[in-house]
Amino acid sequence: MELEKYFRVEKLPHIWCPGCGHGSVMMSIAKGVDKLGWDPKKVVVVSGIGCSSRAAGYLNFNTLHTVHGRPIAFATGVKLANPELHVIVITGDGDGAAIGGNHLIHACRRNIGINVVLFNNQIYGMTSGQYSPMTPEGSMATTSPFGNIEPPFDLCELTKSAGANFVARGTVYHLPKLDSYMEKAFSKKGFSYLEAISQCPTYYGRRNKLKTPLEMLEWQKENSIDIKKAKDLDPEELKGKIITGIFTERDEEEYTVRYDKLIASVQGGKK
Amino acid sequence: MQGNEACVEGALDAGVRFYAGYPITPSSEIAEDFAAKLPPLGGKFIQMEDEIASMAAVVGASLAGQKAVTATSGPGFSLKQEIIGFATMVEAPCVIMNVQRAGPSTGLPTSPAQGDVMQARWGTHGDHPALVLCPSSVTDAYLLSFQAVNWAERFRTPVIVLLDETIGHLRERVRLPGREEMVISSRKQPHGDPETFQPYEITDEDLIPPLPPYGGGYRFHTTGLYHDETGFPSNRPEVTDRLLNRLHEKIDKYKETLFLYESYGLRQANQLIISYGASARSAKAAWRKAREKGLLVGLLILKTIWPFPEEIVTQAGHDKNNIVVAEMNKGQLIGEVERVMDKRIPIRGANRADGVLITPEQILAKLEGVN
Repeated sequence: MELEKYFRVEKLPHIWCPGCGHGSVMMSIAKGVDKLGWDPKKVVVVSGIGCSSRAAGYLNFNTLHTVHGRPIAFATGVKLANPELHVIVITGDGDGAAIGGNHLIHACRRNIGINVVLFNNQIYGMTSGQYSPMTPEGSMATTSPFGNIEPPFDLCELTKSAGANFVARGTVYHLPKLDSYMEKAFSKKGFSYLEAISQCPTYYGRRNKLKTPLEMLEWQKENSIDIKKAKDLDPEELKGKIITGIFTERDEEEYTVRYDKLIASVQGGKK
Repeated sequence: MQGNEACVEGALDAGVRFYAGYPITPSSEIAEDFAAKLPPLGGKFIQMEDEIASMAAVVGASLAGQKAVTATSGPGFSLKQEIIGFATMVEAPCVIMNVQRAGPSTGLPTSPAQGDVMQARWGTHGDHPALVLCPSSVTDAYLLSFQAVNWAERFRTPVIVLLDETIGHLRERVRLPGREEMVISSRKQPHGDPETFQPYEITDEDLIPPLPPYGGGYRFHTTGLYHDETGFPSNRPEVTDRLLNRLHEKIDKYKETLFLYESYGLRQANQLIISYGASARSAKAAWRKAREKGLLVGLLILKTIWPFPEEIVTQAGHDKNNIVVAEMNKGQLIGEVERVMDKRIPIRGANRADGVLITPEQILAKLEGVN
C-alpha cells in the first residue's frame, strides 16, 4: 500500500481499543500529507498527552510527543525556529480544549502556520473516562456519575473568532469529507484547526447507551448537520448536534512570513 | 552594563538565536533586550501567552536546531518546572534564566532573594540531574550565561542561570574577554545513515547522543516517557534504569570541570565564609573587614551550585573551626555544606529573607572573635 511509507509499521499494533475512531483520523492525516506531496523529512508532528497524542509514535515523520496540553506551544517554537517545516499538531479534547485551550487561541491569533488536528472523542480516554470540556451535556462519565451539567465547548466557533485561517469539523463516519477537509487544512499557509469527531466505545459509548462502535458511528451519522443546513435552524434545533463542514477559510498573512519581513526590514534599515 | 543585559550579551555571543518568554519582574529587561537584539541578527524573539508556553516554545525551537533561551522569576520558574523536566528527559539543550525575587507566591516582586536554590535543584518532579550557575557580578552574568549555553549544548540538558534581583539590576563596569578567547560549543551532529539512525544510541565516551535538527534528514521520535535507544517508549526496568543513570552520569562524569568558584585567603585561615550570588558581595566586604581586624578568615564564592561542589567545599573547609554560609533565604545551601562537612566543625548560617540585601555586618557577626 502506497500510504504505508508514512507509518512506522513495526510499531503496530497500536494501543487504541477495538472500535476506536482514532486510527481513521490518523490515516486521514497520512492521506493529507500524501496529497500535498510533502517531504516526510520536513514534516514535524507534535502531540500532547492522551489517546490521540499516541498517534505521533506511529507516523513516520519527525515526531514529538510532549507534555499534557502544550503541543501547540512546542509547535510554535518549532515553526518559528524553522518556517520551512510543515508542522502538524495532534491533540485531543482534553489536551486541546481544557489544559491547552490558552495555547490554541493564541496560536489562532498569531495565525502561525501550524495545522492542528483535534481528535474529539468527547471523553478522557487515557485516564479511563472522565468528562472533558467537549463531552455532550447529560453524558455519563466517571466524574459525572449523575450526568454532565456542563455545556460542551464549540472550538470551531472559538478558533474562527480567534483568527485561524481555516476551521472545519468532520467525523470519522463521514471519512471522505474528513479527508477533503484535511487536504484543505494542510494547504493553508496560516493556522488551521480541524476537528475530527471520533468515537470511544470503551469509555464513552458503554456508559452512554451506545454499546457498540457501530452504534457510535450511527450516532455520528444521525446527529451531524452540514453547516449550510445549520444556518437555517434555530439554536434549540441544533442543541446536541454535530455541525460539520468548513467554518472559515481566509488567507491572512502567516506569522513566520510576517516575522521574516520584520527581520528583513530591521536588517535593511541598518545598511 | 546591567546584570540582566549582560546575560543577553553572553547568550548571544554563545550563539543563541531564539528566545521565548513572558513578562515578569525582575527579569523583564532580559526579554526586552532579546526583543531588540535578536531580529537584527536574524534571530527570533517571541512573547508567548504564558510562562509554560514559553518554556515549551524554547524546547521546540531547540529541537528544530536553534540555541534557545528563556528568562523568568520565581512564580514563572515554578510554572516552567514540568517542561524543564521534559527537556531533561528528551535531552533538549536550553537555558533558563531565573532572576530570583522574594517568595513564596507573589512575594516581593522587586526585592532580592535566593529562595529558589532548592527549586532549581528539585523543582521538576522525578529524579533528575541539575546544572545551575549563580553569578555574583555583572561580569559573571555575562560569562556564566555564555557558559550555560555552551554546557546546555555540550551536555544536551537544560542549564539554569540563577540570578537574583540585585545582580539582575546591578550596573557596574565589566571587563569581558576578547571574542577569540570565547570558545563556542554546539550539540554533536550524527554522521551515519539517516535510515538506520537511532536518536539515543550511545557510541561516544561522553554518554551523549548527537542531536540533528528537524528537517535535517534524520527523522526520529521524541517522548517524555522512558525510552530506549530508538526513542520509543519502554517500561522495561533495565531500560528505565539505563536511561536515568545515563542522564546523571553524563554530567557527573565531568563534574570536576563544572565547578566554578572564587576563593580568597583560604590557606591562612581558621574560619571560612561560603556564599554565592548577591550575598557573595556582602560576604566579600565582610571578609575584608574581618581581615582588617586581624581575623584569619577565608572566603569561598560558589558560581556552580548544582551539582553541589562537594570536593571544593570540603577542601576549603576541612581544616576550619567555624564555617559561615551566607545566603538570602532561611538556609538552603547550608544543608549541603552540613551534609558534606565533618560533623565536628560548627557551621552557622548568616541568613536574611526579608527582601533586603544581606549586610556585611550580619555576616561578620557570625564569625568568631568579632566584638
